[in-house]
Amino acid sequence: MREFNYYRAGSVRDAAKRLGASGNAMLLAGGMTLLPALKMRLNEPGELIDLAGIDELRGVKLTRKGAHIGATTTHAEVAGNVELRAAVPVLPHAAESIGDPQVRNRGTLGGSLANNDPAADYPAVALALGATIFTNKRKISADDFFVGMFETALGRGEVVTQVLFPKPQRAGYAKFPNPATRYALVGVCVAQFKTGVRVAVTGAGASVYRLPEFEDALDADFSEVALDGLTASAANLNDDMHAGADYRAHLVSVMARRAVSLALD
Amino acid sequence: MTGGMGIGVSAPRTEDRRFITGRGRYVDDINLRSQQYAWFVRSPHPHAEVRGVDAADALKMPGVTAVLTGADMQADDIGPLPVAWGITSRDGSPAFEPEYPALATDRVRYVGNPVAVVVAESRTQARDAAEMVNVDYEELESMSSATAAMEEGAPLIHEGAPGNMCFDWEWLPAAMAPDARSNTDKAFEEAAHVVSLELVNNRLAPNAMEPRASLADFNPATGQLTLYTTSQNPHVNRLLLCTATLKMPEHKVRVVAPDVGGGFGSKIYHYAEELTVCWASRRLRVPVKWTAERSESFLADAQGRDHVTRVELALDADAHFTGMRVDTVANLGGWLSAFGPAIPTVFYAPLLAGVYRTPNIYVTVKGVFTNTTPTDAYRGAGRPEACYAVERAVDEAAVQIGMDPAELRRRNFIQPDEFPYQSPVGQLYDSGDFEGCLDLARELNGYEEFAERRRQSQARGKLRGRGMCFYIEACGAAPSQAAGQLGARAGLYEVATVRVHPSGSVQVLTGAHSHGQSHETTFAQIVAERLGIDFGNVEIVHGDTGEIPFGMGTYGSRSLAVGGTALYKALDKVEEKGRKIAAHLLEAEAADIEFTDGQFRVAGTDRAVPFGDVALAAYVPHNYPLQELEPGLEETAFFDPENFTFPSGCYICEVEVDRQTGEVELCDFVAADDFGNIINPMVVEGQVHGGLAQGIGQALLEHCRYTPEGQLLSGSYMDYCMPRADDLPNFVVATRCTPTPFNPLGVKGCGEAGAIGAPPAVINAVLDALRPLGVTHIDMPATPQAVWQAIQAAQSGD
Ligand SMILES: Cc1cc2nc3c(=O)[nH]c(=O)nc-3n(C[C@H](O)[C@H](O)[C@H](O)COP(=O)(O)OP(=O)(O)OC[C@H]3O[C@@H](n4cnc5c(N)ncnc54)[C@H](O)[C@@H]3O)c2cc1C
Repeated sequence: MREFNYYRAGSVRDAAKRLGASGNAMLLAGGMTLLPALKMRLNEPGELIDLAGIDELRGVKLTRKGAHIGATTTHAEVAGNVELRAAVPVLPHAAESIGDPQVRNRGTLGGSLANNDPAADYPAVALALGATIFTNKRKISADDFFVGMFETALGRGEVVTQVLFPKPQRAGYAKFPNPATRYALVGVCVAQFKTGVRVAVTGAGASVYRLPEFEDALDADFSEVALDGLTASAANLNDDMHAGADYRAHLVSVMARRAVSLALD
Repeated sequence: MTGGMGIGVSAPRTEDRRFITGRGRYVDDINLRSQQYAWFVRSPHPHAEVRGVDAADALKMPGVTAVLTGADMQADDIGPLPVAWGITSRDGSPAFEPEYPALATDRVRYVGNPVAVVVAESRTQARDAAEMVNVDYEELESMSSATAAMEEGAPLIHEGAPGNMCFDWEWLPAAMAPDARSNTDKAFEEAAHVVSLELVNNRLAPNAMEPRASLADFNPATGQLTLYTTSQNPHVNRLLLCTATLKMPEHKVRVVAPDVGGGFGSKIYHYAEELTVCWASRRLRVPVKWTAERSESFLADAQGRDHVTRVELALDADAHFTGMRVDTVANLGGWLSAFGPAIPTVFYAPLLAGVYRTPNIYVTVKGVFTNTTPTDAYRGAGRPEACYAVERAVDEAAVQIGMDPAELRRRNFIQPDEFPYQSPVGQLYDSGDFEGCLDLARELNGYEEFAERRRQSQARGKLRGRGMCFYIEACGAAPSQAAGQLGARAGLYEVATVRVHPSGSVQVLTGAHSHGQSHETTFAQIVAERLGIDFGNVEIVHGDTGEIPFGMGTYGSRSLAVGGTALYKALDKVEEKGRKIAAHLLEAEAADIEFTDGQFRVAGTDRAVPFGDVALAAYVPHNYPLQELEPGLEETAFFDPENFTFPSGCYICEVEVDRQTGEVELCDFVAADDFGNIINPMVVEGQVHGGLAQGIGQALLEHCRYTPEGQLLSGSYMDYCMPRADDLPNFVVATRCTPTPFNPLGVKGCGEAGAIGAPPAVINAVLDALRPLGVTHIDMPATPQAVWQAIQAAQSGD
């Protein structure tokens, strides 16, 4: 870690202004990703702007449109939210699969999406549910938000404020954890809406992506059997000491089936 | 009289209050006035010439006191890191022992090899400055695997070791030599069945919870050096500092190993960092502290295992084992760690008989240099590798001849009436009841109902498998003379002082060191039992050369068998002297005094004096036989054991495999161990649990992986997979006791058993689950991907 300045923001405006003004400030949410990165000197910001004191960024609200979740809502809060469990159970289910209790008590939705770790869980749920990411400047659809490995559509000085997850008819998230990190080696989220089925994959590629062939098959018949014979391509998938591309591709089809089965449960 | 906490009681751990309430005092908790911080500049290359170290920029950084290099160290006549065990190749030549400087002088041989040290006022400043040290490296070709290092034309790591061969060793113990080889070959020629396996014993990182740390404090006024360090054996560190590296007289050096958070072997050695901070403190005249980051531990702590082994087992028509051949290539790393050459040889080969009567065994081991972190003892140290080879081969034989694996083992067991049993690989086994352990394990496992459990798993779409293992290990290192003949360069006895205070409370100064073993509890139980005093009146002091006369420390499950016996012998002396004092007080003959329940009594009478009164008389000798006895009550004993001790046991486990993902779930694990007599059953259970967790970690999760060139891939917990609680089932553990005759406590040692026995049990279970799919082999760790690949290969007929 190097020395840095710590600033506790009082409002989103305050945070955004400070962020825009400084050349090398970073937002701090739960710190579960950022603090280890600082310790390993992978990030060397001059200032951390803490979002923890901003009440308007925190909380869960259900409306006709779906679930609105504030950016600094922790994974534990999502996992334990009774209304969400009834309305959009895939969200608490996915949140519960993140890390361990300590991480879930600190880590936040906004931090996870803004970070866009290729193995993170929330991006798959956000993409499959067709979420909308609200910032201090605009709203961005999930289809446009996740750009690449650790890369999003967020611009400089942009703060994620809340996320709207539309309520699907059915949805399921199946995760095969990396044995070492327990992040997703492969995670697949399947969501069925009146308008069609969306399937999103995390862990397998450089960034979360959709599987159109699987979506078409499930549009025709939302069942595990509908996926029989479908395989995911191993092209461009991650290859590391825990899983080669072919194993990951194989897990994509297994987890897709399990996600459908969870959705139908 | 013991406060209910004598031998055999699960006394709650004395140390827990301190640890659980955050009052432990570890090296990094100790801070001295004017202390400065060391940060090591380490090689980023697996193999390179060091052409020069330019510290000019670093020295300009704020807070920097010094940047010191290998050349500075040489100029100060600091000796190389010593090798503690000499091995002789089969052609009679000694193993090649390169001079291993704490800071590289001309060449680095693994990623993480220290090159220079920065000392600064804060840790951050030291680290910042370390980034500014410019080392001129000329990269050399490199390799991480021992097999690659042995290939023709492989880059040479040490000029003095052609073919990168440190030694080419064969095991010809006195009992067998010189016919071991021909007799074994003959057994194979005459065999009815032969099995042959090539096994990889995966490299592991020890991962003690507390990273290593050293704080050195040289006092220029007195010339006294105090070193606080994370050590399993502070006296040994002092010995090496004084005689080999720093070269100071022992009376000017004090080494303190305070609370230490786990060792598993990795804190035995006199490491480069520890030596460097001592030297830096002496040179700079300030206290210097170094605390490893976890990422540093992955590079700089000696690692374990890393063998490739060809094991062959010969059986006659009645399924008796008639011969075994073992040929192992052991990866030693870029330099030799202190016991590096000993672990894959003398700590390995003598255990290859297992619990069986195999009459002919021939073992060869090649020790090979590679561009990796040096390897050394890690929980089990040689015995897990031996056990894995034997128990995989036995299971393979059972499959090949179509016999129940338990039955095949039973048929070949050494029988209870054969003890002490001279094994063909040179060990004299003390005692054991292998049938008894097998029966106990079978009962706890519900052996007969396995088929039903397998059916149930199948109904859930899972493949169920069961695996078993029998281990035997040599603990209680060691009879010094035997060890000396095998190449040890130090004695391996243990030391204890029992200091009885005037009021009758007792302090024990032990040369053993507890870093998780619970000596403060178990050693106090021995004292309470022997002296009949309250457990709470006993204090165990360890880990300080300034207080404790001497000691060899804790590793190899030796603390109780050797250190506990030293304590027992010192208690004998206390009792003997007490008897004389009591005889005087009771006006009787010493020969007529018996000592029970804390009372010295004239035999056959009710005339008695309690232990506390005797202690008081010794220190206030108003009524005391001063003509015959010195006042005071304090006794020291050195105990050098006559033999090793041989814990053994049977482990049975069951797994379920998800054939779609390759995931292995460990469903049940049963351990039936024979540790001899037991002082504290709860502590023993804890030791077994920890060992099992690490053994299961080796089998399913852990792997220290390098690129072929020698960059460490598993350099953090993002890639090195430690076992977590939910990876483990609820262990069912039980013991069966055959006391060892080789120490008066009848104890054998329990610290490493789990790590030794678990790996083959788990892998045998995984293979049992996968055999219906045609899978016949898998290496550790059996990760989901490895299992999936094995299934794919079997199904596609590869
Ligand atoms: C041991 C461990 C295990 C984990 N396991 C998992 C797992 O299984 N699955 C998983 O998905 N994740 C896992 N995580 C990551 C965890 O979910 C983190 O919480 C998450 O990645 C980041 O959230 P955070 O609130 O901690 O963000 P921080 O670490 O505070 O910030 C992360 C990044 O996001 C930026 N940022 C934060 N908030 C905002 C905002 N509102 N607007 C714009 N930018 C913002 C920060 O500037 C920073 O660049 C794990 C983490 C740890 C330490």
